[in-house]
Amino acid sequence: MHTLTVDELPEMARQLRRDVIKMLLISKSGHSGGPLGLADVFAALYFNILNVDPARPRWEGRDYFFLSAGHLCPVWYAALARRGFIPLEELATLRQINGRLQGHPAPASTHGVPGVEIASGALGQGLSVAVGCALGLRLDGKPNRVYVLLGDGELDEGQIWEAAMTASHHQVDNLIAIVDRNHCQIDNRTEKVMELEPLAEKWKSFGWHALECNGNDIPQFVDTVKQAQQMCGKPTVIIAQTYMGRGVSFMEDDYRWHGVPPNEEQGKQALDEIPPTKFGDFIEFEWEKRTVEVGAK
Amino acid sequence: MLKYQSKEMKATRLGFGEALVELGRVNQNVVVLGGDVSGSVRTDLFMKAFPDRFFSVGVAEQDMMGTAAGLAVAGKIPFASTYGEFATGRPFDQIRQSIAYSELPVRICASHCGITVGPDGATHQSLEDVAIMRVLPHMTVICPCDYWETKKAIHALMTWPKPAYVRFFRDNSPVFTDESAQFIIGKANTLIDGSDVTVIACGLHVWEAILAEEKLTAEGISVRVVNMHTIKPIDKDCIVKAARETGAIVTAEDHQIHGGLGSAVAEVLTQNCPVPQEFVAVRDTFGESGKGNDLMKKYGIEKDDIVRAAKRALQRKKK
Repeated sequence: MHTLTVDELPEMARQLRRDVIKMLLISKSGHSGGPLGLADVFAALYFNILNVDPARPRWEGRDYFFLSAGHLCPVWYAALARRGFIPLEELATLRQINGRLQGHPAPASTHGVPGVEIASGALGQGLSVAVGCALGLRLDGKPNRVYVLLGDGELDEGQIWEAAMTASHHQVDNLIAIVDRNHCQIDNRTEKVMELEPLAEKWKSFGWHALECNGNDIPQFVDTVKQAQQMCGKPTVIIAQTYMGRGVSFMEDDYRWHGVPPNEEQGKQALDEIPPTKFGDFIEFEWEKRTVEVGAK
Repeated sequence: MLKYQSKEMKATRLGFGEALVELGRVNQNVVVLGGDVSGSVRTDLFMKAFPDRFFSVGVAEQDMMGTAAGLAVAGKIPFASTYGEFATGRPFDQIRQSIAYSELPVRICASHCGITVGPDGATHQSLEDVAIMRVLPHMTVICPCDYWETKKAIHALMTWPKPAYVRFFRDNSPVFTDESAQFIIGKANTLIDGSDVTVIACGLHVWEAILAEEKLTAEGISVRVVNMHTIKPIDKDCIVKAARETGAIVTAEDHQIHGGLGSAVAEVLTQNCPVPQEFVAVRDTFGESGKGNDLMKKYGIEKDDIVRAAKRALQRKKK
């Protein structure tokens, strides 16, 4: 699958949403809210922004992407499959034993899938990793960019701020961090669990460029990334406002959908709200098949 | 008469620092991470020689390990170094997830290990590091015995494809091996052959074992001394051979009694050739401020403790 224009991205985002719901219906385990909320960001990343080659996942010229908030992986796996890194059918194996689609990503070099550089899921670790990677690329004078996606709840972890200082201290400007600002974490909204505001100011005070945008508005997000790519001398963070569970009315903006998969009834309702796309689902469930009675044998 | 001579006193951490510079000269991909203690752990030598390849993260050891992992992802050969306690305890989860589970070849080089850190006291005396590092899958754990062996360990790790942890020490210590002595990761060195009891030691306790051997020999006891520099993967064959041929084992280390070299040896013995084993180690207590030698004596981990342990092991041996 090749890249898409900005106009074509919303349909891919819809498909990623359908993929995520179906994956979770099969696995009966995993995270709904964040993956659905990030479908727009992942469509934009994997079909418009990231310079990657699914035929050569370890291509030396690749942009690096790190999912620090590893639990969001269902939508990442879906994007990787749609872009051609892994077979579409494999999406049915999320969290299954002996499978590659681990509940929290394992690297391709061990038992994970191509496109995954390092394990993640223990929150707060990916920004350090991204900074290290960016430093290494810069030593080699390479033009590759490094992107890392963080959860907003994840910013509670102190290591994030250590990494933020390191990135600023070393002027790591080939790095773009994206914060999924959905104001939700497990126990409650972020305001109730651990207040993060003033968030943009925090990043700026740590020496970063801080941009804000609507992470569910694809053209705006793509535009903001382009701005971030122009910035020099400092690392850049994009605080992308999203709605948890975006696209599914009964999940939207509800923190309780952080770590819960939909049951069959909820899954059906969710799929009803997201029209099928030209890309086609990776699987058709029994209850989706129209049984046509062919009269007498 | 001592079967080995101490030619001079040199710190193992100096061997580490010099080896890094040697590696930096031959391979552009070697990078070093510092946590504000480069003068102490001797990464300052690399920093001066190759400032572009030295990355200071400040007093932020969790970030250090994650950053090292990221450098490995980008194809670099990272050596991350700070004091033992802060190189292992504080960033344990980072080491587990981003290095061990991710199987990235980051070299964690911990100076100032053991009670011999001395005057800084218990907060800085890393007595649990071997235990928590060796329990991690895919992790290699090395504890070199002197200046030369530390250099060789670092050189060997240059091309080692797995995550690795090396522990060494603050003090100037006897240099009793030489440049030509063999060092192979995973292969213990039998320094002295013997038949009554085997002392298996690592780090600075190898010299203590050599001193103990002299005393025991004078009492007519034949002691085998083994330098078990690699605690993981441990040289099982060497241990089993020693158990079969000498029938009694003493382990000696600057580490807690739970989970270090002694435990690793015990795991091999009980599964293959159970024989009496005595532990010379810190007995489940934290240390305190003091001079290294005084602490070793007070906490029961010096040569005379090895001598006493050897005699206890002999008593327990079935003839």
